[in-house]
Amino acid sequence: MSPKTLYDKIWDAHVAHEADDGTCLLYIDRHLVHEVTSPQAFEGLRMTDRTVRAPDKTIAVPDHNVPTTLDRANAATMTEDSRIQVEALDKNAKDFGIHYYPVSDVRQGIVHIVGPEQGWTLPGMTVVCGDSHTATHGAFGSLAHGIGTSEVEHVLATQTLIQKKSKNMKVEITGKLRPGVTAKDITMSVIGATGTAGGTGYVIEYCGEAIRDLSMEGRMTVCNMAIEGGARAGLIAPDEKTFEYCMGRPHAPKGAQWEAALNWWKTLYSDDDAHWDKVITLKGEDIAPVVTWGTSPEDVLPITANVPSPSDFKGGKVEAAQRSLDYMGLTAGTPLNEVEIDTVFIGSCTNGRIEDLRAAAAILKGKKIKDGLRAMVVPGSGLVRAQAEEEGLADIFKEAGFEWRLAGCSMCLAMNPDQLSPGERCAATSNRNFEGRQGRGGRTHLMSPAMAAAAAVTGRLTDVREMM
Amino acid sequence: MNKFTTLSGIAAPMPLINIDTDMIIPKQFLKTIKRSGLGVNLFDEMRYDDDRNEIPDFVLNKPQYREAQILVAGDNFGCGSSREHAPWAIADFGITCVIAPGYADIFYNNCFKNGILPIVLPQEQVDLLMKDAEKGANARIEVDLESQTITSSDGDVLTFEVDPFKKHCLMNGLDDIGLTMEKEKSIDAFEATATQSRPWV
Repeated sequence: MSPKTLYDKIWDAHVAHEADDGTCLLYIDRHLVHEVTSPQAFEGLRMTDRTVRAPDKTIAVPDHNVPTTLDRANAATMTEDSRIQVEALDKNAKDFGIHYYPVSDVRQGIVHIVGPEQGWTLPGMTVVCGDSHTATHGAFGSLAHGIGTSEVEHVLATQTLIQKKSKNMKVEITGKLRPGVTAKDITMSVIGATGTAGGTGYVIEYCGEAIRDLSMEGRMTVCNMAIEGGARAGLIAPDEKTFEYCMGRPHAPKGAQWEAALNWWKTLYSDDDAHWDKVITLKGEDIAPVVTWGTSPEDVLPITANVPSPSDFKGGKVEAAQRSLDYMGLTAGTPLNEVEIDTVFIGSCTNGRIEDLRAAAAILKGKKIKDGLRAMVVPGSGLVRAQAEEEGLADIFKEAGFEWRLAGCSMCLAMNPDQLSPGERCAATSNRNFEGRQGRGGRTHLMSPAMAAAAAVTGRLTDVREMM
Repeated sequence: MNKFTTLSGIAAPMPLINIDTDMIIPKQFLKTIKRSGLGVNLFDEMRYDDDRNEIPDFVLNKPQYREAQILVAGDNFGCGSSREHAPWAIADFGITCVIAPGYADIFYNNCFKNGILPIVLPQEQVDLLMKDAEKGANARIEVDLESQTITSSDGDVLTFEVDPFKKHCLMNGLDDIGLTMEKEKSIDAFEATATQSRPWV
């Protein structure tokens, strides 16, 4: 047998039909659904008198629109259009008999945090969701990617996706990370190196000692932003950490099925002589704590750098960089650690897990946020929130001056009331710094939870290593 | 789905790279439960000021581009969110063809599900069509999917590549789900085997 990559192996195990031209029907093991990209898909099913083919493999949770304030049980906290979307999901979940975690359920949270937490996401699976950050689930060695609403409808009706195979790309992070450097810094540094289109047409497998050393939470952060590098999906081969994370989760297999699953999962790695279409290697020790300065996730620099000049770039990036600086209200040459912020947002499917909250709390313990700053922590799920309360992290955040919210996507995409005002500058642990992403005219700097916590204390972009 | 066969129309130039789906349709318009009516909010934050007045400098607000049916854009068009509201808004505005050096993967696929032809051309050919588009209403660009050609207003003919299956579906306005359901036996067979070999799924 010819050597295969991890992606090749998962792909081959899920082809339900292959046409002569290589167009495949890829069988989908888990379909995650949220309120924003699904209503039109369910409407499509109703109009054509179709049903959900595999309701037991379909899991829905409202996350994008939901308020994260403590009074959200009060319907008045939602705008009418948001409420209609959430109610539509309530109804669609019931009518089509799919698994559902309503807003009132403690297990509710961001779909990409709930999936792994509940054991829906397992190694070797195909996972899709009408959300680009589905890449997150690749941390388990599952092939996971975002789809559009037409494809959501297609998967609901047929449990398959029409796909052609992507190319294989290996991103290796060798050696150890230095203190203060996290999974977020790895994934942002990779995008900084490859650009936001560097992964287009590829599925990335992240590997190397620095990746193996990461916890499952860290691996999810790395894979989450594979889409920001343009890749269809990001993968990490499963290992003992993966199996340990999955074991005992509500929807993970048990007993003899667990043993059978484990036997297969242990075969899920790229063969030594597998073919790679593209290889990127970064040294772990070269990665610094980073922030974004512009309006594209590729606008990444170490916190010790200065705001770049458009003339540092070539081609279309010159105009784009100028536009970014104008939008961000930044002047070339300014040290990044002198840029003052108004808001701090800790949360999102990138960094809303327990380890992220621990990292931020470790910096904030016994400290206060800078006067006048607005700061919030939005846990990724109700269970993350509960665990953080149990570990005393919530008290650290509250004593420091952070708002302690309920779970949801919140200010990552600002569909709910959590938004930036025009000109407001935010240190954010989310994944996109696009123009208007966190609110019209809002200015986003992406970074790790520890870096966001450090910025909250000083009121400016800050090198977390100074506070360690 | 609407068919796409040929198009002769005005092309609007948007040379900016990395135009993301948040720019194409900002999140506040994702709260709809319908597919229609998003054209008025296409490029909303670039197109309107805080008081909802049109920003005259924005390309689609200029008199010569208000009826544009083609968009010539910079590289990595449609990056970011998977929101299909982006192609819905583009199509609802009346644009059914985008020409760029490259697209983000999910957006590219979403176009084909909505009667929009996203054409990939090398940067220098996009630059040529960008110049053509900058001539405004006097320069109509012709696109023929059957022959996979673009004819500029000066008569230059460029050819482009497109996946044969995607082309077939777009030219005939075919419903993907209907096509897949014709292969239901294959899905049934796969499912039966997978249930045996991976019963935990």
